[in-house]
Amino acid sequence: MLAWVKPVIDWHALAPEIVLVGTICVLLAVDVTLLERAKAVIGSLAGIGLLASLVPILTLATADDEVREMFGGAYVVDRTSLLLKALFVVAGYVVVLLSTNYVGEGDYWESEYYTLMVSSILGMSVMASARDLISIFVALELLSIPAYMLAGWRKRDPRSNEAGLKYYLMGVFASAVLLYGMSLVFGVTGHTLLSEIAAGVAETGNTPALTLGVVFVLVGFAFKVSAVPFHTWAPDTYEGAPTPVTAFLAVASKAAGFVALIQVAATVLAEPSADVWQVTRPVFFVLAALSMTVGNVIALRQTNVVRMLAYSGIAQAGFMLSPFVTLRVEQVADQLVPSVVVYLVIYAAMNLGAFAVVMAVARKTRSAEITSFGGLFTYAPGLTVAMSIFLASLVGIPPLGGWYAKFGIMRVLIEAQTGWSIALSIVLAVNTAIAAYYYLNVAKAMWFDEVPDGDTSPVPVPPSLRTALAITVVATIVFGVLPGILADAASVGPVVALGG
Amino acid sequence: MDWMDNWSLALVTFLPLAGALVMLAIPKEQESTHKLVGLLASLATLVVGIWIVANFDYDRGGEFQYLIDRSWIDVINSRFIMGLDGLSLPLFALTVVVVPLVFIYSWNHIPEPGNPKAFLSLMLILETGMIGSFLAEDLILFFVFFEVVLLPMYFMIGVWGGPERKYASIKFFLYTLFGSALMILSFLALYQYAGTFDMRKLPELAQGIPHATWIFGGMFIGFGIKVPMFPFHTWLPDAHTQAPTQGSVILAAVLLKLGTYGFVRIAINILPEAAKTWAPVIAILAVVGIIYGALGCLAQTDMKRLIAFSSVAHMGFVMLGISTLTKHGINAAMFGMVAHGLITGMLFFVAGSVKERYHTLEIKRLGGLLVQAPKMGWILGFASMASLGLPGLAGFWGEFPAILAAYQPAEGLSVPLFRTLMVIASLGTVLAAGYLLWLYQRTAFGTPSEEFADDPHIHDVTPAEWIAWTPFLIAIVLFGVAPGLMFDVTDKALVALGLGA
Repeated sequence: MLAWVKPVIDWHALAPEIVLVGTICVLLAVDVTLLERAKAVIGSLAGIGLLASLVPILTLATADDEVREMFGGAYVVDRTSLLLKALFVVAGYVVVLLSTNYVGEGDYWESEYYTLMVSSILGMSVMASARDLISIFVALELLSIPAYMLAGWRKRDPRSNEAGLKYYLMGVFASAVLLYGMSLVFGVTGHTLLSEIAAGVAETGNTPALTLGVVFVLVGFAFKVSAVPFHTWAPDTYEGAPTPVTAFLAVASKAAGFVALIQVAATVLAEPSADVWQVTRPVFFVLAALSMTVGNVIALRQTNVVRMLAYSGIAQAGFMLSPFVTLRVEQVADQLVPSVVVYLVIYAAMNLGAFAVVMAVARKTRSAEITSFGGLFTYAPGLTVAMSIFLASLVGIPPLGGWYAKFGIMRVLIEAQTGWSIALSIVLAVNTAIAAYYYLNVAKAMWFDEVPDGDTSPVPVPPSLRTALAITVVATIVFGVLPGILADAASVGPVVALGG
Repeated sequence: MDWMDNWSLALVTFLPLAGALVMLAIPKEQESTHKLVGLLASLATLVVGIWIVANFDYDRGGEFQYLIDRSWIDVINSRFIMGLDGLSLPLFALTVVVVPLVFIYSWNHIPEPGNPKAFLSLMLILETGMIGSFLAEDLILFFVFFEVVLLPMYFMIGVWGGPERKYASIKFFLYTLFGSALMILSFLALYQYAGTFDMRKLPELAQGIPHATWIFGGMFIGFGIKVPMFPFHTWLPDAHTQAPTQGSVILAAVLLKLGTYGFVRIAINILPEAAKTWAPVIAILAVVGIIYGALGCLAQTDMKRLIAFSSVAHMGFVMLGISTLTKHGINAAMFGMVAHGLITGMLFFVAGSVKERYHTLEIKRLGGLLVQAPKMGWILGFASMASLGLPGLAGFWGEFPAILAAYQPAEGLSVPLFRTLMVIASLGTVLAAGYLLWLYQRTAFGTPSEEFADDPHIHDVTPAEWIAWTPFLIAIVLFGVAPGLMFDVTDKALVALGLGA
């Protein structure tokens, strides 16, 4: 029974990850051979490597609609996972663009920075396909460990050290909780494969140990996605980490946490015969409602844009957690996962864009205080318009991407028509208005206020930042005007693919 | 002209946006190029608009013409549907006419702190949003255009407005956003029960759906804030007073109508039963608005704020007409919307020009306008007369039939209640005459106060102002003597909506 069977490997399906592994090897090789001279090319190489991995993603997406399974179902490549891989790779590329000048000018280690960044993206890419507790855990560690180091990259700055250490300790603690939960789930069902766990749950029914295991797993993920009350690491880490890394953590790393959550939720929790959902529904409700409200209320009082974005990111995580209260509600079963995935993609575009503007402005003002944005409109109208687009999109104003993201979530909540979901939809509507206030606060500073120090010399925007801004602005607008593109790509979710 | 028949509505909607994109590519220093591009874009929109209005088949005013129906967001079953019928035509025409006139006025009236590039491109984006809202026949598309209007107006008030602009702009924004958040929830609930966002099919499909009263309630708040109805009106005096002249004119002429139009086109049309439940509430709030607005006017010391409060009263008449749920009432309301747009727009223009010359709008300090700038004084007098509802001018046909319609509300509504409200509303017209004549007396009559007596800045109407204002004046007279021009158009559409023969 335990005889070794050589697994069938679908090289095409693995091609994106293989390209990423190749990129990591090239980066390392260039670093050790060229030494100091590597600095000139290493960033571009990392960018090219990431873009190159888009090629197999595209060929896989256009090849056919079939679901490719490997390793007995532990590794699945379907349309949703391809969309997520594309998200991780493109978001990673934008972060590389954001990093180019920041890392180059700041006297940091460069080659290692990009190598670690690509390793983390590799972890995310694996996560998008992982359908097995072990591979989920491996992917999670692969994407987290480089991120711990990146958060502490400004090693001469105690705040960066604090950021790295806090993130590391909290992250490791979360991993331990997660692993403990996984071991309980494995102990009860005897399987690590998500689909087999679901089948096992159907057989054994619900037991206290299983419930405990599932709750532990959820708590572990809640740490990763910085949901209240497991969010405390996020603001300090975000503020202390180098800004491009913050953008990376806020967008890509959080998305990866959600991907893991989606996989578990869509298979194990959606299993019809298991009634774990009776426990998880209130858990999700509390996580979502608390994250939205607490995140927003604290964001109202922030004076630093990065911290404000950190808290708003907590609130946005709350929005993304909301559809999970509709688990096991049949009429929305096929919408739950797409709504979260679409939100993740749109959120990545607008949030990365906002960080890009913050970095561009900070190049001149050396500050991320909201007051330092005062009068930006008078001397940097282009950046102001771009930032306004991102902020308006984060508020959820059509025709910018954010509206569709929120709309999708609201639609799931309303169509589910359970008491929990309707209540949450109202919490969500109220929070949208609260969030508008602090996002507009930044817009207000840029457009209406005076320049704080009277210095109206233009802001130099290097080409890499320009490219990043162009990508994110176009994505934010296109996803808002033609959300169909995204919605189509996300419509065949794991729920459908796995027959849940 | 097949192409035009099929695509003219999309063209007229997105032409201003195209203009704004062209302006983005031109450096900010070339101010006159920006003014020219902006003006040309709005004029091109006007030309297409005229073509549309001229080729509109008025005998079939109840049907959607120039219909566009393309797939848009398939996943949520929302389509790109645009159409023009007798109900949207007057407001559409108002929009495409008013915006170019505002552009002409802007030729030498760019408010502080300048930057015509940003100011004019925001105005073009605004125009796209307004036109789109009146033409959209899909709830989601409508919602998108409805929201597009929000940000440009926020920035117009916040950047180019008066001393309290920051407060006024954020108030405007948060109020409207809160309203539209509830509105979209209502739209989603409608979709949940009726299965479509198509506004043409919804009246039929939404018959007898559960929770209709609640769904109407969400829309009521969304549109009521935009109108604005008492007690949601508090953003309006601030926004109007602080906005630059152009912003006030557009707000008064077009933006407020998005709310009333939404009531007629969406809320009442789709949920007529729920509308009956809500009608007394709407009617009472409308009449409270009339009286409250009028009393508010009497208390104002600032000319612009006074005109702003008069908007609350006038929109009260419009809402009273709508709340009767009869063809007469809604016809009057449609007329009232356009008339209020023309008249109040005109009043804000005059207020803007007075402010430019006297650098104040404090009624106490003004006076003797007829002596110092006689033509402008006469225009102010004319617009005030129109605003108080003098027969023979457009304002009359918005107010008088609305009051009359309250005599006989739709079946099932309380007749005594509406007749009582009718009496109170007519008192409102007396108050309107009071505050407008008093305003006119204090600003135009008498001799100029000492501080302005020899001020060389004070001159009469300039050519640019004449070009921008004349169409308003002509339209006010034209619709005053020949109200049938508009009643004939809206009437057919209302009959088609099933409101009496």
